[in-house]
Amino acid sequence: MKTHVQARINGEEVEFLCEPSQSLLEVLRDVLGLTGAKEGCNNGNCGACNVILDGRLVNSCLVLGVETQGSEIATVEGMAADGRLHPLQQRFLEEAALQCGICTPGFLVSARALLDVHPHPTEQQARQWLAGNLCRCTGYDKIVRAVIGTADGGR
Amino acid sequence: MASVHIPSLLQDLTGGADEVTAPGATVGELIEALEERFPGLRDRLCDGRRLRPAVAVWVDGEPSREGLLQALTDHSDVHFLPAISGG
Amino acid sequence: MRESDGVIPAHRARFPGSKTVTDTKTRKYQVIGTRPIRHDGVDKVTGRARYGADIHLPGTLYGKVLRSPHAHARIRSIDTSKAEALPGVKAVATAKDQPALADKIADLGEAVMNLRDLATNVLAVGKVLYHGHAVAAVAATSLEIAEEAIALIEVDYEVLPPVLSVEAAMQPDAPLLHPTLTTRSLGQQSETPSNIASHSKIKKGDVDAGFSQSAVIVEREFKTSPVHQGYIEPHTVTAQWSEDGSLTLWLSTQGAFSVRDQIAELLKIPVSQIRVVPLEIGGGFGGKIQVYLEPVAAVLAKKAGRPVKMTMTRAEVFMGTGPTSGSTIRLKMGASQDGRLMAAQAYLAYEAGAYPGSPVGAGSMCMLAPYNIENVQIDAYDVVVNKPKAAAYRAPGATNAAFASESVIDEICERLEMDPLEFRLKNGAKEGDRRADGPVFPRIGYLETLEAAKAHPHYSAPLTRSDDSDGRKYGRGVASGFWMNYGGQSTAYASVNSDGTINLVEGSTDIGGTRASSAMQCAETLGLASEDVKPVVADTGSIGYTEVTGGSRTTFATGWACFEAAQDVKRQMTERAARLLKISPDDLDLAGGVFTSKKDSEKSIGFKEVAARLGETGGPVVGRATVQPKGVGVAFATHVVDVAVDPETGKTDILRYTAVQDVGRAIHPSYVEGQMQGGVAQGVGWALNEEYYYDDGGRLLNASFLDYRMPTCLDLPMIDTVIVEVPNPGHPFGVRGVGEVPIVPPPAAIANAIYHAIGTRMNVLPMSPREVLEATGQLD
Repeated sequence: MKTHVQARINGEEVEFLCEPSQSLLEVLRDVLGLTGAKEGCNNGNCGACNVILDGRLVNSCLVLGVETQGSEIATVEGMAADGRLHPLQQRFLEEAALQCGICTPGFLVSARALLDVHPHPTEQQARQWLAGNLCRCTGYDKIVRAVIGTADGGR
Repeated sequence: MASVHIPSLLQDLTGGADEVTAPGATVGELIEALEERFPGLRDRLCDGRRLRPAVAVWVDGEPSREGLLQALTDHSDVHFLPAISGG
Repeated sequence: MRESDGVIPAHRARFPGSKTVTDTKTRKYQVIGTRPIRHDGVDKVTGRARYGADIHLPGTLYGKVLRSPHAHARIRSIDTSKAEALPGVKAVATAKDQPALADKIADLGEAVMNLRDLATNVLAVGKVLYHGHAVAAVAATSLEIAEEAIALIEVDYEVLPPVLSVEAAMQPDAPLLHPTLTTRSLGQQSETPSNIASHSKIKKGDVDAGFSQSAVIVEREFKTSPVHQGYIEPHTVTAQWSEDGSLTLWLSTQGAFSVRDQIAELLKIPVSQIRVVPLEIGGGFGGKIQVYLEPVAAVLAKKAGRPVKMTMTRAEVFMGTGPTSGSTIRLKMGASQDGRLMAAQAYLAYEAGAYPGSPVGAGSMCMLAPYNIENVQIDAYDVVVNKPKAAAYRAPGATNAAFASESVIDEICERLEMDPLEFRLKNGAKEGDRRADGPVFPRIGYLETLEAAKAHPHYSAPLTRSDDSDGRKYGRGVASGFWMNYGGQSTAYASVNSDGTINLVEGSTDIGGTRASSAMQCAETLGLASEDVKPVVADTGSIGYTEVTGGSRTTFATGWACFEAAQDVKRQMTERAARLLKISPDDLDLAGGVFTSKKDSEKSIGFKEVAARLGETGGPVVGRATVQPKGVGVAFATHVVDVAVDPETGKTDILRYTAVQDVGRAIHPSYVEGQMQGGVAQGVGWALNEEYYYDDGGRLLNASFLDYRMPTCLDLPMIDTVIVEVPNPGHPFGVRGVGEVPIVPPPAAIANAIYHAIGTRMNVLPMSPREVLEATGQLD
């Protein structure tokens, strides 16, 4: 029996039906068509599914859809606004901080959460914060540069 | 006449020779010429009308996809090496 | 050689990180060598880009695979009746639903595959050969029902003893994986069945004579574990049949045409009935070339009469898709007192996994390629074991071999008291030298990488003193690597739009920014800006044959096709401009987007204006090209790494890493740097943590990202890169493939650094904390 859930996603009121066993990741991708969050492992080890839930960075594969009743969820789809990219997105492109791009939504969400808490992170702080996001293509160098470069360049 | 390097595992057929010259406008003709001098060599390199899948022919420092059809010149340097793939 | 000039934006100056060393005297290019934003970038940073699993067709069923819990067993029977009876299950498949295939070797693009092995790997016939081997599959209306259904399939196994190492497999009384497999040795098969699938040999000169002339001889044995490509995106496919008998597959793949060829052979249908639509791909590294789920999804979709979507879980990716080979390597090398390599003798035995086809041949060809050495003997064995079939992983076979050769060379250097870069300069290969396995090198840049490494501040920077107060030991290591790269077939079409831009259609799935490098080569040729060329990656129905995105071939070969297509556009547009100007096409030059008469500079017309008037001058202009280029440039790399080893825990930290590589010509330097950094990161994981961990029964115990430990950004420092450009004379812009060679040096470079830190030579991979402690005698 599906549960009816109301939440706010990227600032918009949303309603959906989901099974109690469905993760927020499944809800986003399969119920709401928001495929920006990706499934890399489905057990909280890669960060490709990261979203910001009530101000906290979470693996959406480890949150149940039904748990998000009344919550605020921010996904990668909400980062660009008014036809313009978020500074992090712009900087990722300029720095070539993506190759295959599958981890990129997760990194962007994590980086956004980082800069909300540490507006001018050191390299070490950035690496510590982003250690929950796996990337297999880039070796992280350009990702870290892009995140710190965005902080340096202001938001 | 192209210079052909005989793979070590086939040198028993050539009496130990590791490099020979042979005529042929293509790799296929070259192998036929080698077969006349060293019977049995063609079957080791070819499976019917093509090079065996595990064998690649390198001509003048480069692998060729054209196998037996690969054209040769008088100065060609020919090797038979394991076929490889990238990732 | 000089450093390239160019303004470094302020934020890049904070982490200098990368530089380019080039031997061109003047900057000749407008677009090549610049760093435009990649054309598919906005979609990828906004989450709009559609990867394989992001597609959803109406009526889709969900497929799941039942996998063997045993490493080696006979299948006595499979009973799918309970699964078929479960409400919501629409189709069930086993191997009997696939056409039986004879032993046919098909040349499926870059890799040669035995079709029967491929088919029985997809769905087991008669035996299961590894933990995770696919046995059956179902399609149901939901994933939950599909998972329930596969649990209802009853398989009666007769468990057999597993073979889990090359040593065990090569014993005369070892259990045989394939009762009819005999050892192939250059066209000849052995008499007795064996787990040794093939033996190949490289021999040059006289190694005994060489060793007798050596002042220093080092002989070591090395062992490596299987490691997985580790792409973040699991395999996925959606299959749909039409009532006209045609099949469409939407998926992530490194090669849409390769998939089409494989499916045509496996399902015995003509290629014209198959359309493969490659969506964006989340990493491949060689592991997304051969098919796994695709034939199964197709069979299920045919039986159910509805589209079927299948996606692997992360555990299935580890258990069911190829890692690269584990290996045992014995290597003996000798050098003269004045530091010349005299002889090398090697024994390589690589795990092919369940079916023949490890990259041991490539390993034997790459191992000594950087060096001039007169006397060589390498015996290479391809050995089947009860593990997943090995699949290609970035320079397949070369990293294992370089771990051995670059470590032994380091030991020789130490015994001779020679600087390791000087030693390599003395013995290093250059144009005209003969490679150890025979072919003569064309223009190459190996020595240039050594010089650049030597000149780099990293090489002469002080290491922290090894008696530093934090108790850790510090060391620096170097290693070189080689990969031959690949050419292969590519097609491109370039259509002129009425606004003077170009639609560029090509068939190479874009894993690392190759849409951009293709567009840039086209733009350069026509004097257009990068953003005026709109690249599209097309499906198998929309573009001519194109081989896989792999083998470091895409910027080289697909880029070449785009260059040729642009030349075709240029020829046609020149004729159109000539018509409009009423002069001969031979009189016209195209520069800076303008056609100008050579005889009268007043007579000119812009490319854009010609484009706007194509209807008047003869209709659309489309340039096309197909290539299978010669002139493939080989790749060399030299790496320098500093490590700190904690002697109490055995943990190694990477403090500083510099990767130097000859790339020929960097089309888009940021993505070239990215390939170098990515290869290094994978090499670091291979060196320090990654391995397939099995129990005695052959069950894989660490099939998750938690326990198959890949580097996180906390495990790596910034990775500095030096792009050396010794242009490949074979390519219009001098390109050499760059993607694979950067994974070759890291394990050896790190092993050498660890030695210089703690005084113990490591000869196993990974050099995990446990292995370091064991090697230093602390676990006794």
